[in-house]
Amino acid sequence: MTNSWTDIRNTDLVVIMGGNAAEAHPCGFKWVTEAKANRGAKLIVVDPRYTRSASVADYYAPIRQGTDIAFLLGVIKYCIDNDKVQWDYVNAFTNAAYIVKEGFTYQDGLFTGYDADKRDYDRATWDYEIGDDGYVVMDETLQNPRCVWNLLKDHISIYTPEMVERICGTPREKFLKVAEMISECSTPTKTMTSMYALGWTQHSKGSQNIRSMAMLQLILGNIGVRGGGMNALRGHSNIQGLTDIGLMSNLIPGYLNIPTEREVDYATYISSRGFKPLRPNQVSYWQNYPKFFVSFMKAMWGSAATPENQFAYDYLPKLDLPAYDVLRAFEMMDQGQMFGYFCQGFNPLLSFPDRGKITRSLSKLKYLVVMDPLETETARFWENHGEFNDVDSASIQTEVYQLPTSCFAEDEGALVNSGRWLQWHWPAQNLPGQARHDTWIMAQIHLKLKQLYQEEGGKFPDPILNLHWPYADPTDPKADEIARELNGYAVETLRDPNDPTKVTVEAGQQVPGFAALRDDGSTAAGCWIYSGCFNQNGNNMARRDNSDPDATGAYLNWAFSWPANRRILYNRASADLDGNAWDPDRKLIEWDGEKWTGYDVPDIPPTAKPREVGPFIMNPEGQSRLFTRGMMRDGPFPAHYEPFESPVVNVVAPAIRGNPVARVFESDRESFGDAEEFPYAATSYRLTEHFHYWTKHVWVNAVLQPEFFVEISEELAAERGIEKGGWCRVWNKRGSVQAKAVVTKRIQPLICDGKPVHIVGIPLHWGFTGAAKNGMGPNSLTPFVGDANIETPEFKAFLVNIEPSSGPATA
Amino acid sequence: MTDSTLHGRPVPQVTKADIDRGDRLHVGREVVVDRYTKWARVNHWITAISLILLALSGLALFHPSLYWLTALFGGGQWTRAIHPWIGVVLFISFAGLFIRFFRLNLPRREDAQWAAQIGDVLKGDEDKLPEVGKYNAGQKFVFWAMSILITFLIVSGLAVWERYFSQYLTVPQLRVAMLVHSMSAVAIICVWIIHVYAAFWVEGTLRAMTRGSVSGGWAWRHHRKWLRALATYGKRDDKAPRGRGPLA
Amino acid sequence: MTINVNPPVAPDTAMQMGPQDYIRRSASSVPTPARQLEPVAKLIDVSKCIGCKACQSACLEWNDLREEVGINVGVYDNPHDLTPNTFTLMRFTEWVNPETDNLEWLIRKDGCMHCADPGCLKACPAPGAIVQYSNGVVDFVKENCIGCGYCVKGCPFDIPRISKVDNRAYKCTLCSDRIAVGQGPACAKACPTKAIVFGTKEEMKAHAAERIEDLKSRGYANAGLYDPPGVGGTHVMYVLHHADKPSIYAGLPDDPRISPLVEAWKGVTRYAGLAVMGIAAAAGVLHMAVSGRNRVTVEDDEEARRLTSAAPGAAPLDPSEETLS
Repeated sequence: MTNSWTDIRNTDLVVIMGGNAAEAHPCGFKWVTEAKANRGAKLIVVDPRYTRSASVADYYAPIRQGTDIAFLLGVIKYCIDNDKVQWDYVNAFTNAAYIVKEGFTYQDGLFTGYDADKRDYDRATWDYEIGDDGYVVMDETLQNPRCVWNLLKDHISIYTPEMVERICGTPREKFLKVAEMISECSTPTKTMTSMYALGWTQHSKGSQNIRSMAMLQLILGNIGVRGGGMNALRGHSNIQGLTDIGLMSNLIPGYLNIPTEREVDYATYISSRGFKPLRPNQVSYWQNYPKFFVSFMKAMWGSAATPENQFAYDYLPKLDLPAYDVLRAFEMMDQGQMFGYFCQGFNPLLSFPDRGKITRSLSKLKYLVVMDPLETETARFWENHGEFNDVDSASIQTEVYQLPTSCFAEDEGALVNSGRWLQWHWPAQNLPGQARHDTWIMAQIHLKLKQLYQEEGGKFPDPILNLHWPYADPTDPKADEIARELNGYAVETLRDPNDPTKVTVEAGQQVPGFAALRDDGSTAAGCWIYSGCFNQNGNNMARRDNSDPDATGAYLNWAFSWPANRRILYNRASADLDGNAWDPDRKLIEWDGEKWTGYDVPDIPPTAKPREVGPFIMNPEGQSRLFTRGMMRDGPFPAHYEPFESPVVNVVAPAIRGNPVARVFESDRESFGDAEEFPYAATSYRLTEHFHYWTKHVWVNAVLQPEFFVEISEELAAERGIEKGGWCRVWNKRGSVQAKAVVTKRIQPLICDGKPVHIVGIPLHWGFTGAAKNGMGPNSLTPFVGDANIETPEFKAFLVNIEPSSGPATA
Repeated sequence: MTDSTLHGRPVPQVTKADIDRGDRLHVGREVVVDRYTKWARVNHWITAISLILLALSGLALFHPSLYWLTALFGGGQWTRAIHPWIGVVLFISFAGLFIRFFRLNLPRREDAQWAAQIGDVLKGDEDKLPEVGKYNAGQKFVFWAMSILITFLIVSGLAVWERYFSQYLTVPQLRVAMLVHSMSAVAIICVWIIHVYAAFWVEGTLRAMTRGSVSGGWAWRHHRKWLRALATYGKRDDKAPRGRGPLA
Repeated sequence: MTINVNPPVAPDTAMQMGPQDYIRRSASSVPTPARQLEPVAKLIDVSKCIGCKACQSACLEWNDLREEVGINVGVYDNPHDLTPNTFTLMRFTEWVNPETDNLEWLIRKDGCMHCADPGCLKACPAPGAIVQYSNGVVDFVKENCIGCGYCVKGCPFDIPRISKVDNRAYKCTLCSDRIAVGQGPACAKACPTKAIVFGTKEEMKAHAAERIEDLKSRGYANAGLYDPPGVGGTHVMYVLHHADKPSIYAGLPDDPRISPLVEAWKGVTRYAGLAVMGIAAAAGVLHMAVSGRNRVTVEDDEEARRLTSAAPGAAPLDPSEETLS
C-alpha cells in the first residue's frame, strides 16, 4: 500500500477491482464502511463475480477475468477524451512531458525489440531522450509527438467503450458509468483509492494490471494524497514482511538485489545501482544504495565484512538466472535438478499451480523438511487419501521431516500489515507439544552446519563460519534481538560529518533511522527500510497510542510504519507545486515557507523547496512514470494480453497467446488447453470464512464453510444439467476435481467478442487434513505459468470443463 | 321374541349381537352378570391410569397455577419427558378398549330417544326411558368422545413432541397442533369427569370394572335390553353355589 | 454504552443487571423492579454487513458452542438453519430488484429479536425459564427450562431451538452475561464493519436514522428501521435498504406479532378450559347433592331374577331360596 488501511476512510471513491476486500480483508474493509458512512464515499466493484464486496457497493460492473488492462486503459482513454485529468498534477509530478527515444513503437501487440525465440525484448529503445546536460529532454507543452503523454494517448486509442465491452464482456453502459464515476476524481478535492489484491497479481501480466491502475491514479492526481493511492491488500498477515525482508530468490532485505553471476565484484555490482538523477535537483534516493547494502553486509557478517574483502561480497550467492522462483524450483525438482526442499510455513501441494506436477516433483526429492504449526497436505503428500490425494505411497521414496513450529499467537515479534505497519505482538500462550519457534529451529540448523564445517571443512565455509551470530543464547535468538539487528546499530562511533567533534551515535548503539547508515562499514542494519523500528527510543513497533490529531487517519504513534514511520508514500504529492494542499480539507503535509510540516513524516528532505524537488524520490526522475522505460519486461506501457488459457482470442493481437514474454517451461506447454475442449473460464479465490489452508483445521471455521464447492451461473448449470447443491466434476488437461455446485445469480455469463463466456468460480480452502470436509482445490487445475516480471502464478484465469457427477468415492 | 309391551313400555327385540363374548349370567339366589372380562378390566385400568397421569402432567404444563403438579413426576424435565410416552401407552391401551367395545357402542335407534330424555336420565327416572343394551347413549357418548379426542391428542401430541417429530413440521403447523392438543385435553378431562361421575352416581357400576360383574338388578334397571339378550342368548352358569353370591 | 465496540471500553456499571431487574418471568410473576434500566438494543445495519460470519464465529466462541461441521447444500448459509448451538446465522438471499433489474445480495444476521412483547415468554409453562429484564433483554434460564418447546411455537420469528442433548431451549441471550458486566454482545464486538452496534435503544434509533439518511441519499428510497410494533418493538433492530419489504431478507416477517393461535392457546383456552373442567366437576357434585345416587331397587333384582329364570335354558330355582332381603 502507498497509503494505510486507516487512510481509506479519507477517500471519496473506493474502487475494488482485482480483489474482494470485504471477503478477503473484512477487518480492513471497515475503513471502506467508515468512508461510506462518514464521508458519503462511493464504492465501485468490478469483478467477474458479484462478490461480498459488491453486496455493499454503490455500483457493480462485471468483467471477464484477465481483461483488467483493457478495462483500465479504457477508463484512462475516457478520462483523457473527456478532459478529466488533474493537469497540474500530471504536468508537475509525472513524466508526461518526457521525450522518448526515436525507435520506440508498439505494433500488433508487441513493443520494439521482441525476440520470439527468447520470449524477451531488447529494451534499448524503451527510454528517454537524454539531452546534452545529461538530463532527460522534456516538452512541457506536450506538443512533441514523442512525449510520453502523446505516446500514451496513441497507445490507448484502441480501448474504446466498444472495445472494452468486446474484450471484457462489461456492458458498455456499465463500463461508462464506472468510467464516469472514476473520472470525477480528477478534481483536486476528490480522491479515489484503489484496493486490489491477488485478483490482479495472479495473472501472467499481473504487474501490468497494477501499472494500469497506477497510471490512472496518477492522471487523476491520486497518488500521495489522503484517501488515494495504490493499495495492495496483502494476502497473508505478514506477506508484506516477507517481501520487505527479501524472502525472494533474487532479493535481500529492503528490496536490494542478490547479485547476478555477471557481477563478479562489488564495484561492478554497485556501478549499475548508482541511480544518477535524470532531472536536476532530484533526490533519487537509491543513490544511497551502497549505504544500505554495506550495512546489510555488516549485519550479516559483522567484523568479517571489511572494506578489504568488499564487505564479504563474495559470501553472497550469485544468480545465474533472473530468479529461482517457486515455479522454477518445482520445475527443477521435476527435472531432477533439485533434491532437497525446506518448506517453512508453506503448503505448496495446495498453493502452487498444477498439483499433479507438484506431487510428481515432491516425489522425486530425496528429502523434504516441513516446518509448520499445522499438519499440512505437503507434509502428507505421500499419503494416499483416495480421490483427495491419489498417490502410490509405496513408490514415493522422499524422506519427510516434520518440524512442528509455533503459530502466530505463540510468537513474539512484528507482523507487517498491508499498510507497511510493523505491529509488535506478544505470545498469548506457550508452545504446544513438541512445537518450537522457527528461529530456534533455524538456529539449530545453522549451529549444526557450522559445527560440521568446523569439523570437516568444505569448499567455501566462510559464509557459514563467519555469520554474525550475536545472540545472548546462540541456540535461541530472541525476537527483540533480531528486531534490533534489522533496525541497525553503529559498529563504530558515528560523528556528524559537518562537525566531527559531535558524536551522533555511540558505537554499539541503535541508529535512529536509515539516514544514519553509512557505506564505510561503520553501521550495520539488517533491513534498511525497517530502520527506526527499534531505535534509541525503544521498540517503536510496540507503540499503542491511537491518538490521531485532527482525525487524519495517520496514527503516527501507533506501531511503526516503514519507511521512517511514514504513513503515506510520496506525500509531497499531496500538495501543489507551491506546497499548498490540493484539498484544504485533506491536508497532509504543506510547505510553511521554510520546511515541510503536517500530519505525516515528509518523504522529501524537509527543507527541499517546492518547484525544485519532485515528490517521487525513489525515481531518478523525481517524478512518477506513466512510461516505465525498461523497468518491466513486458512493456513500458501496459497492453491487453489474454490469459494463456482464454475462452476468446486476443482481439487486439490475434496471433499472440498469453503474455508474449511470460516464461513457459517446455514441459508445461502440452498441459495448456484451449476453448474448444475446455470452454469455461475458471478463476480461483478465497472465502471470508477461511484463511488459506489454515483455518480448515479450526473447528469453528470448518462449521462456517465446511465443504469444497464451485460457483456457476444458473445458465451454465442449466446448460450442463448441474443441480444446486449437487456434485459436479471440473477438469482440464492438468487435473480433475469434484465439488458441490453453488448455482448462483451472482455469476452471470458475459458476452465477449459476440459469444457467451461462462465463468466457473473455484474457492481454494480444502484439502485432506483438518476439521473441514475433505476436498480438492483449484491448484489441481491451474496452469504452470506466472507473471512475466515476478512469476506470480496465473491462478485467476484458466480454462476448464464441467459436468454433473456423483461425488467422490470417499466423500 | 315378539314385540310386546311390559309396564307400558315396548319390549325391544333382542338378538345375539346385543351381547359381548365375555358377558355371562350367573343365576342363583342372586342374579349376577359378568360385564367385563379380566383383560378388559386390566385394559381399562391401564387406560384410566394413563389418562389420569396424562391429565396431571398435562395440566402441570397447561397453567402456571398447576405447575406444582410436576413434582409428582420428578420435576418439569421429567414431566415433559414422560407425558408423551404415557400418551403412547394410553393410545395403544385405548386402542385395545376400542376394539373390545366399539361394536356395542355403535349407535342404535333407542339412543336418540334416550338422549332426548336426558332430563329423566338425570333424575334417575329410568322407567320412563327406552330399554338400552349394554351401553346407553351417555356411555356411548363417552366412548366416542374419548375415541375422537384421543385421536386428536395423539396426532397433535406427536406433532409437538420435540424430541422426535417437531422438526418435520412448520411452526404454524405446530401452533395449530398445540391449540388442538390443549383444547382436546380440556374436552377429554370434561368427558372423563362425566364418566367418573356417572360411575359413582349410578350405584353398582364401579364393580363392573373392579370385579367385572354387575348385579342382575343393575342390569335390569340400566341395561334391560342387554339383560334380555343375555337371558335369551347368553352363556349362563346356573350352577353357581346357592347362597354364596359374588358379594358373600 | 458503546457504539465504538473496538477497542474495548471499560465496564459500564450502569448496565449491570440481575434478577432484581426482571420485569417478566415466565409462568410466574415478579415484583415491580425498584429501578428501570435504560432500554438497550442491538442494531444490525444490513447495508453495512458483508456477510463475513465473524458474528457467528464470535457467538460460537463466546458461548462455547460446538456446532457440527456440516456439508454444502449449494448456498453460503452454514449451518443451514439456527440450531441449539447456532444462536445466530447469516442468511443470504439473491434478490433481483424489479425496479433496477440489478442483483442485490441481501445478507441478514438472523437471531433472537428480543421482543418487547415476547411470545416465547408468554408461551412458556415453566416458571422462570424465560425472563425479561427491564432493559429489554429476553433471556432463557437454562436451569428452569423443561424442554417442552412451547417457546418455539410462541416465537413470531422462529428462533428458539430445543437441544436433543440436554432437552433445553437455546437462543441468542443478547450476551446477557456480557451486558451484565457492562460489555456489548460478542457479535457486535467482532463485527469488522460495525454493521452490528449496541447501545441504548434511543442511541441506536438515532444512529439508524443517520444510516437511513445515508441510504436514501444512495437511492434506497424505502430504507428504514425494522422495529416491528406488532411485538411491541424489538431490542434487536435492523436497518434495511428495503424496509417496505422485510420478507425479501430471507423471510423476515413483514408484520410480526404473536400468533392468534398462540394467543388462543395461552389465553382463552387456558382460562376457559380450567373453567369448563371446574364447572363439570361442580355440576357433578351438585347433581349428586340434588338427586342422590341412582340406586338399584329390590324390584329391579326381582325382575332380573324373574327374567333370567324364565329364559330358555334356565335351571329351576330352589324355592327355599326364593325370597331375598
